[in-house]
Amino acid sequence: MASEPSAATSPSDSTNHGLRVVVVWLVLSAIATPLVAIYVGPLIPPGNATVQGQGQTFDNQVMTAFVTPILCLLAVFFAYGLIQFHVRRNEAILDGPPIRNDSQIQLLWIVITTVMVLFLAGFGTYELLQDGSGGGQGPNPIALPAHHQDAFQVQVIAQQWQFTYRYPSLGGLESNQLYLPANTTVALHVTSLDAIHSFWAYELGVKADANPGVDNVAYVETKGPTTFHVRCAELCGLWHPYMFNNGRVVDSAQFQAWASQQQRVYASIKPFMNKPESEGGAPYAKTYFPEPDRRAG
Amino acid sequence: MTEAAAPPPRPLWRRLLGFNLLTAVLLGIGGWYLGWFGAHAIGAESLEYFEDTDYNELSVYLAYLGGVIGFLVGLGFLNYPIARLRGYPPSLREKETHGWTRYFSLCTDHKVVGIQYLWGIGLFFFIGGLNAMLIRTEQLSPHSQSFPMGTYLTLVGMHGTMMMGMMTSGILGPFANYLVPIMIGARRMAFPRIEALTFWLLMAAGAILTTTIFFGGFPTGWTGYAPLQTQANPGMDNYILFFALVGVSMTLLGLNMIATILTMRAPGLTWTRLPIFVWGVLSTAVLMVLAAPVLIAVLSMGALDRTAQTSFFNAAAGGSSYLYQNLFWVFGHPEVYILALPGFAIVLELLPVFARKPLWGYRLAVAGLLGVSLLSWFVWQHHLFVSGMNGDLRPFYMLSTELISIPTGFTFLCGMMTLWRGRISFTVPMLFCLAWFFNFLIGGLSGVFLSDTPSDVTTHGSFFSMAHFHYTIMGGLVFTFFAAIYYWVPKMTGWELHEGLAKIHFWTMFIFFNSTFAPLLAAGFLGQARRAPVYTGNLKFLNDWVSISAFLLGISMLIFLFNLVWSLAFVKQPAEANPWGSRSIEFQLPSPVPVHNFDRIPVFSNDPYGYGEGPAPSYVVPAGAPAGRE
Repeated sequence: MASEPSAATSPSDSTNHGLRVVVVWLVLSAIATPLVAIYVGPLIPPGNATVQGQGQTFDNQVMTAFVTPILCLLAVFFAYGLIQFHVRRNEAILDGPPIRNDSQIQLLWIVITTVMVLFLAGFGTYELLQDGSGGGQGPNPIALPAHHQDAFQVQVIAQQWQFTYRYPSLGGLESNQLYLPANTTVALHVTSLDAIHSFWAYELGVKADANPGVDNVAYVETKGPTTFHVRCAELCGLWHPYMFNNGRVVDSAQFQAWASQQQRVYASIKPFMNKPESEGGAPYAKTYFPEPDRRAG
Repeated sequence: MTEAAAPPPRPLWRRLLGFNLLTAVLLGIGGWYLGWFGAHAIGAESLEYFEDTDYNELSVYLAYLGGVIGFLVGLGFLNYPIARLRGYPPSLREKETHGWTRYFSLCTDHKVVGIQYLWGIGLFFFIGGLNAMLIRTEQLSPHSQSFPMGTYLTLVGMHGTMMMGMMTSGILGPFANYLVPIMIGARRMAFPRIEALTFWLLMAAGAILTTTIFFGGFPTGWTGYAPLQTQANPGMDNYILFFALVGVSMTLLGLNMIATILTMRAPGLTWTRLPIFVWGVLSTAVLMVLAAPVLIAVLSMGALDRTAQTSFFNAAAGGSSYLYQNLFWVFGHPEVYILALPGFAIVLELLPVFARKPLWGYRLAVAGLLGVSLLSWFVWQHHLFVSGMNGDLRPFYMLSTELISIPTGFTFLCGMMTLWRGRISFTVPMLFCLAWFFNFLIGGLSGVFLSDTPSDVTTHGSFFSMAHFHYTIMGGLVFTFFAAIYYWVPKMTGWELHEGLAKIHFWTMFIFFNSTFAPLLAAGFLGQARRAPVYTGNLKFLNDWVSISAFLLGISMLIFLFNLVWSLAFVKQPAEANPWGSRSIEFQLPSPVPVHNFDRIPVFSNDPYGYGEGPAPSYVVPAGAPAGRE
């Protein structure tokens, strides 16, 4: 063992390195966290176009501010530790002090990380239960926005490789355009005809997977008129990358005009479509067979 | 080399005959065609969705099964069972072979298997990396331009599947197989033939996945979600067979590790003296044994849906796509910790050596590893927050996901406190370990956003989650994989790697890794969806930046490859027995380690981390101690 270092320890060092790190960290965090909250926070998506989007943006802002002190701690610790404790050039490599444990530090670390985790989980649950946060919740949603009973119903039918939007309140109108009335609570019932898709309305802060045979409900409360992108967020086959379009949130007069225009356009095929609920039809057709499916046996 | 003198060499043609890789490949091809024509002979019809073709799902399965069986027979896996059936006594003759040919045949020496794993996994790691380069080439444009859409999706799927499948054994394969028996003072693994079988199954699996391109590739990505899986072209069968074989290999590897660590520790090696790397291997092996069978089951169901027209995942006929997602992620979430945990263990194993301090908080570190291992079973539906499955369980999965950061934090605390007041030297393995802290911190903090259900609504399925898991898996696993290579390969091969090139490799890899994936966190937040070559124009600058960084990251890997070939094949600078001044037992043995590891089984009186606590342990075997079993 020629290269085995001697068992000598490094010279005793009375500097309180730990205190230095803690002080630098506290000062740095106290400066960095408000700066991040003020300057980075407003840039964080998905923006304030809807109540749900606003909720997510707030959530992201809180968490960005939350992780800043953690980043600062690690940065200060490693910057200080690696500079202070590394072996200088041409210096013999001695063994360090044989410190094996410190139960107080362990306890402190466990308590702090547990408190942080419980805060995160509590905060996330509270935010989720406020209004559903725009996420798909399945057929029996539990996180409901204030006016969910009077929600404007839209069924989003995903298939390879496009979305069709069905409006039961407009006599079962089906269109490939997504128009939503402004300042309204909207219930999006997302389903699929074939593979798994995911309905992602980015600016609205909505994402809900489309599974065949499943009615996946996502709530969104629109605010003022705006446009938004819709795209499929789950790999669904060959043309998945081109499965996107735009949607609009418009005021009620424009919405009525659009609805009657669409009803005129699609009047000729209405007899072949599912009946609306008011005329005895099922509210949502969850599957259909576009052609005889040999695999279905 | 202390082994007995090699027998006189035979002529080359004679050496090529016998049970070796060449025979295995020839028999594998023969078995493949036997299965192919056999399936056609029994009249299996094409289930191709749109048209009848000259191949069908059943023939693909039977062909590859025939191929795998032929491959294993050619390697000689049936020799031992047949010899035993004919009444010959048990032996481990495969271990006694000499020279380079043993690396191309069935060998039950755990050190040979470790090196076979290193090169075999390395090969597929580079194929997977090449796929990543092609993906980034396509992403240079916001429109689909470089590859046809199906080719692009196959590249994405092959990259993901190759990395997630092959790299599950990325550390347990090469390093645990090589080091665990030595670290616990044994001469072999508990089941040496099964150990060899895990390696050759993995190689067969890799060949199956690579040949998916001859059957049209597969469009599903590494998750293989049904019902897209059910309607995909026959290349999908390669995916199913690949992952199922990887699952078999993982289960056997895990069982072998558990059995070895539980039963074959040398005298005096109590649970609190076990190297932390062995603890990491044990906690990973438990996950492997319990998770991989679920994968095999779900893929078998997928294969039945494709061949026998069952309807496990077909909603139109009473099945459910949720069933696939549920079962896949029951495997899939432990799977990502199968990838991450060995990285934790390597960091904790190496830090004491280069900080010249004992591992701080040994028991807390073990608790961290086991805690992650346990909690990883309760988080899988965080992949399905917006799927509409169990909407009311989302707060629970949010909590359980965030709870995992507590045992992960133990690893951070133990590592950081080991560094504190140490005598840190910036050797190449140490640099990779320090980079792990940075990468895993970014990975963990981006995971905070993904674990939070409201925030996950935006980030799910976007490049944000993709960048997140590259930070944890590439930043967590691959960086420690390279730390382990630079730390242990001189011991394993007996030759040193060039340090200057290694440092260039580290710095280029660290810088361009972050330059690649940090912008992708932003791209995901700005709305770029995963697995799509089409994105909005405002993201073009970010994507160009990322692509160029990714190419430079690829060049960094070539520097490593050059270093490996140059140092091991041309320079051949002999490595010292203990270049790092480590107290671990493998560095008290000569480089490379002799065939039987120890002349006598060592006796342990302490853990290997006693830096600054007096002279190094000598692992002296007292006179009259048992010589140990073979």
